[in-house]
Amino acid sequence: MSPISRGFRGRGRVEADPARVPPGQYVTRDFPVLSAGPTPHTRLDAWSFTIRGAVDDPVSWSWEQFQALPKETVTVDIHCVTKWSKLDTVWTGVSLDTLLDGVESSAGYVMAFSDGGYTTNLPLEDLEGGKAWVAYEFDGEPLDPEHGGPARLLVPHLYFWKSAKWVRGLELREEDEPGFWEGYGYHNYGDPWKEQRYAGD
Amino acid sequence: MERAAVRGRLTWQVGTVTELARETARTRSIALDLPEWAGHRAGQHVDVRLTADDGYQAQRSYSIASAPEDSHLVLTVERLDDGEVSPYLVDELGPGDPLELRGPIGGYFVWEQSLGGPLLLIGGGSGVVPLRAMLRHHRAVGSAVPFRLLYSARSLEDVIYRDELMRMAAHDEVDIRFTLTREQPDDWHGYGRRIDQALLGEVAWPPEERPLVYICGPTGFVETAAEALVALGHDAGRIRTERFGPT
Repeated sequence: MSPISRGFRGRGRVEADPARVPPGQYVTRDFPVLSAGPTPHTRLDAWSFTIRGAVDDPVSWSWEQFQALPKETVTVDIHCVTKWSKLDTVWTGVSLDTLLDGVESSAGYVMAFSDGGYTTNLPLEDLEGGKAWVAYEFDGEPLDPEHGGPARLLVPHLYFWKSAKWVRGLELREEDEPGFWEGYGYHNYGDPWKEQRYAGD
Repeated sequence: MERAAVRGRLTWQVGTVTELARETARTRSIALDLPEWAGHRAGQHVDVRLTADDGYQAQRSYSIASAPEDSHLVLTVERLDDGEVSPYLVDELGPGDPLELRGPIGGYFVWEQSLGGPLLLIGGGSGVVPLRAMLRHHRAVGSAVPFRLLYSARSLEDVIYRDELMRMAAHDEVDIRFTLTREQPDDWHGYGRRIDQALLGEVAWPPEERPLVYICGPTGFVETAAEALVALGHDAGRIRTERFGPT
């Protein structure tokens, strides 16, 4: 039972539809930046996106090839484990369904990997069925490096650390293993609606 | 990047405010008595949860300002004028009040003796809070790891832990440097500008000595410092950052 915080009234109560704000979150109009190290700057001519690991044939796209893939523009709500949520964010990128189409694998898990060494783990099924993208535009502009440009994973139904910035590919795996923050005690799955912030939540 | 497993459920616990100390006009340190606290490592943070009398709750993260060796857990909180939780913690919370929190959280922006150094701490504004925990830890364990703190604040009045840091800076073995970006006293001998590559080139050990760097502050500050160090030739893998968004 939480003690009453004497004199606390809560002036930040959301005007937004409460059905869109997960427990413990508040709505911000800013776009805060969180990352564990310096922002990498990868030249587009050195960029590629690769699907490898437990697959019959690894596949890789250059930046130019990636831009030529069918793109989608989606409007989604995002939820950061540090408590902010941002509603109606607009992203353009390539659906993971497009990228995984034709990839033969019996793997059930994915480790996303990024420039700078960041990793995060997800069940493969969370990337399928129109739930995940590799996004390279935010609000119609090229994605800023601070926010993960040139391209980041976008998996809005999980806490935003799963949406790996500076993503360079996916390693498909038979077994699940913790990624970077998951190894430091953050929740392995990270469903904001179940408030799965930390291990054991 | 390396990985260290931190496991075990983080349960909410209720502490009691034992002491409140005004650090600057906008910041206050809150010392807590936490009977169930299992300890922390320097650089970690906690989640604080407030509950209104109608059950409405709000939670935010705050860095731990105390060393693991200190007798009480201390949080230092800066008031953000449009914030929801920080104005309460800075201006309303009183001695003896309960405060609900859980932690410690985070395991990457952490320094302990085994990680070695040289240790370069770079703080902007209230970003100095977790660095102060590292500094106190370094002193408490009598570490021989060389360390430097570079602290950027707007003015002398905005320097958090001013007396403590000035006292430490007066010791020869403790290297603390300040830059005051907006207003400097007449007799100021420290830096008087925003951090840039030239300033960091003077303060940081050369890249060949492979300092372990912790940078904490607002996003712009952290971006500038991290990018300047990378441009100076420092290994990005030796630079750990923590950024403050609005809370």
